[in-house]
Amino acid sequence: MKCKYDMNVAIVKYNAGNIRSVVNAVRRLGVEPVLTDDADMLRTADRVIFPGQGEAGTTMAYLRQHGLDSVIKSLTQPVLGICIGMQLLCRHSEEGDTDCLGVFDAKVKRFCPTETLRLKVPQMGWNTFEPVGEHAKWLGEEGYAYFIHSYYVPLCDDTAAATEYGIRYSSALQRDNFYATQFHPEKSGSVGETILRNWLAHS
Amino acid sequence: MALAKRIIPCLDIKDGTTVKGTNFVNLREAGDPVELGKQYSEQGADELVYLDITASHEGRKTFTALVERIAREINIPFTVGGGINELADVERMLMAGADKVSINSAALRRPELIDEIARHFGSQVCVVAIDAREEEDKWTCYLNGGRIPTDRDLFDWAHEANERGAGEILFTSMNHDGVKQGFANDALRQLSDTLSIPVIASGGAGRREHFLDVFTEGHADAALAASVFHFGEIPIPELKQYLSNNGIEIRL
Repeated sequence: MKCKYDMNVAIVKYNAGNIRSVVNAVRRLGVEPVLTDDADMLRTADRVIFPGQGEAGTTMAYLRQHGLDSVIKSLTQPVLGICIGMQLLCRHSEEGDTDCLGVFDAKVKRFCPTETLRLKVPQMGWNTFEPVGEHAKWLGEEGYAYFIHSYYVPLCDDTAAATEYGIRYSSALQRDNFYATQFHPEKSGSVGETILRNWLAHS
Repeated sequence: MALAKRIIPCLDIKDGTTVKGTNFVNLREAGDPVELGKQYSEQGADELVYLDITASHEGRKTFTALVERIAREINIPFTVGGGINELADVERMLMAGADKVSINSAALRRPELIDEIARHFGSQVCVVAIDAREEEDKWTCYLNGGRIPTDRDLFDWAHEANERGAGEILFTSMNHDGVKQGFANDALRQLSDTLSIPVIASGGAGRREHFLDVFTEGHADAALAASVFHFGEIPIPELKQYLSNNGIEIRL
């Protein structure tokens, strides 16, 4: 079940939470990742994971201060954004009215409960993702994944999976060498492990 | 398809081992919290809660080491609770790899702790656990594992916790806990319908019908139980199939 690839996986080290769980998940697949904020190490890695939980404004400010914004944008190997990592790869976030990295041409919005649409925010727990279109192969089949988020990416040209929570939105994105999931594959049991393994083996 | 209701086994940990007995078979080491957690995860548990009921300082250190092991080996979210009194305790647990921390008495004694956790680590890591008892139509919050009554009303306190930045409320009804006659569905419904955050129901699970009721009547987002899972009275795969057959959104 373990990956046999002798690959160099770098995980972007910055001020977001929950990075450790991604390190643990990659290790469970038999690959020893490097946790780093060093531009050269990120540029030369075979795969880069951009994980995290956090607030868009403060995490984006940290990335700019440390020059990581331009590094991440310019990466050419497969990059996987997770949760806030996915949102920061978009053009803009309503959270703190933040300009983000602009890899995906999408604007991140907040879940908006109304009188007729009762939603608890954040969405917390297991929801289904439905792979969409040709660029969703790395996601495998429809399944349940673990989500924690208050902001979402609307459906767009880069949507690789869709999920329903009040509205139908993008639970995964893909464009060129950039991949992203709103859910946490590192916390999504065997389904999440399969996605991580597929992504490591893919492309 | 929609967000699934969650089934959460709770494991009590003392000095690094699981306290309550189990009748799981094929465990490499009976009572090992990591092996137990894995077993639950493989059976379809949606999250796990590990409660440290150790009193000693040494025991607390053992628990931190255990949390690191859980984080390395378990691939679903887990919450830790017990003995979390200040921000430094929260940080230690998160650094060890816990996804969420549950705070109880410390939050009642100093509610600002909720704001601090939300600000430093985000609301999603902050589970506020409330033990309350209904007496003469009034729900009163208790401190120290249900030993000391306070003057706080359950609903007032839950709303305050919500506003201060709690990510979830874990409500245990002391009237229902251990009785195995079902959850406190009326109080749960009132909480769930008026809070903007998820509510985890605890206390009262005895039969699988109780789980159906807590979702349909109690409007709970998740249900937590210990002994019915530990002693195999309600196998999780059967429970989830039963709930799914009865129209509850469940991850199978």
